[in-house]
Amino acid sequence: MSGPAPTYGGAVVTARDLPEALALRAQFPEAVVLAGGTDLMVMMEAGQLRPGRVLNLWGCAGLRTISEDGGHFGALATWTDVARHPAVHPALRECARTVGALQIQNRGTVGGNIVNASPAGDSLPLWLALDAVFEVASLRGARRIAAADFWVGYRRTALAPDELLTGVTVAPAGADAVLYRKVGTRLAQAISKVVVGARIRQVEGTVTEARIALGSVGPVPLRARRVEALLVERGLDPDAADAVVDDIAPIDDVRSTAVWRRQVAQRVLRRWLVEQRAFSARNARQ
Amino acid sequence: MHIEFSVNGERREVDLPPMTRLLDALREHLDLTGAKEGCGEGECGACSVILDGEVVCSCLVPVVQVAGASVRTVEGLARAGELDSIQASFLKHGAAQCGICTPGFLVAARDLLDRNPHPTPDQARDALAGNLCRCTGYQAIVDAVVHAEAVRE
Ligand SMILES: Cc1cc2nc3c(=O)[nH]c(=O)nc-3n(C[C@H](O)[C@H](O)[C@H](O)COP(=O)(O)OP(=O)(O)OC[C@H]3O[C@@H](n4cnc5c(N)ncnc54)[C@H](O)[C@@H]3O)c2cc1C
Ligand code: FES
Ligand code: FES
Repeated sequence: MSGPAPTYGGAVVTARDLPEALALRAQFPEAVVLAGGTDLMVMMEAGQLRPGRVLNLWGCAGLRTISEDGGHFGALATWTDVARHPAVHPALRECARTVGALQIQNRGTVGGNIVNASPAGDSLPLWLALDAVFEVASLRGARRIAAADFWVGYRRTALAPDELLTGVTVAPAGADAVLYRKVGTRLAQAISKVVVGARIRQVEGTVTEARIALGSVGPVPLRARRVEALLVERGLDPDAADAVVDDIAPIDDVRSTAVWRRQVAQRVLRRWLVEQRAFSARNARQ
Repeated sequence: MHIEFSVNGERREVDLPPMTRLLDALREHLDLTGAKEGCGEGECGACSVILDGEVVCSCLVPVVQVAGASVRTVEGLARAGELDSIQASFLKHGAAQCGICTPGFLVAARDLLDRNPHPTPDQARDALAGNLCRCTGYQAIVDAVVHAEAVRE
């Protein structure tokens, strides 16, 4: 913080649109990709990263758009873009408002959060819950990767070295119940101790699909498969939440303990299931 | 790298390595020391500036990303020797003590007031959640922001 200002050396190549970005990515596969910089600049400041070359995507305006129906996000859409878009699912807009604070949301991008692949990345469980599909591209062509196949290990993604994330599509959630819940020390600027994204679909009172995903409880964001199976088997039974303790693999760290995280994950889910059950019962009576 | 951008309405140029932080470009090369460095990692908001109409942490923006952009710093709030309403309101409400956080709060508050001239206390707290103050306990700052337009009138 004191002494001469750090400059992080390194050359920067800047792309203005996707074709240019893909060409530069192919030419410089070793370059570090820069979007809003809210993760990268912190790592550089801490001396954890000194890239010889940076590929700057900020300014690829075509990658920043969100579709009118709120179902498709360019990788460079910022969290503020997401929060302010009227057609985006309320749970995603709520999530956008919990990423850091306004200064971070104005700069931090959807793609940066996804590719940074922090186990505490707040949007990751929600993408899993919404069955998001990530669009990636290189000069070799484009392909789609399901969110469930994207985070392959601690801070590792399925992206090849010459690929960029270009966008995200979520299926319409319709009348599904969707939960986003971040548990941290304070509302703003807090890294999650537990973060939950979940979605339940019911057809005429029967649970036909359940997606329960959690972050900060393992090396990658995890699906709670046991809870999901119980919900489909038994319907909206709050006791299904108990199975989450075997679905997740939290650790003790500076922010919290494994025991506490298991308890909180269980309670967040139980409370939501109780609410959803009451809500369904009310609807059935009407 | 040669980079041109607008600062408080004036065209400025710098020759700097492209990953230089905007904060350092302003403070060390353009003699604009209003933006402060508190943490250097996006947590405290002391370095806040308005970049193309959005408040950002200048410690997290490499100068290469402001080429052609327009930056507004705390130095650009007062016009022709007259304080901006938020500055006058900070004075009136005693919203500064040591002052290190003040430029960041003023800039973030200006960004809010441009979008919402009459924020509720909750809206003010929400918009200023990225700015830390170790002295005031925040209440005087929230009061100053909520009543900024009244000061002008
Ligand atoms: C003070 C502070 C608070 C924060 N709070 C939160 C929080 O509450 N919750 C949370 O989840 N995160 C938080 N973050 C982290 C960060 O803001 C988010 O992860 C943000 O979405 C990152 O986006 P970015 O565009 O800034 O990423 P960058 O820093 O630009 O990039 C992040 C990573 O993604 C890669 N990348 C980016 N875009 C692409 C692309 N299109 N294709 C391929 N690779 C790409 C980069 O190479 C890099 O590895 C916080 C950060 C700060 C500084
Ligand atoms: S110095 Fe930039 S946020 Fe603290
Ligand atoms: S007035 Fe001292 S930190 Fe805010």
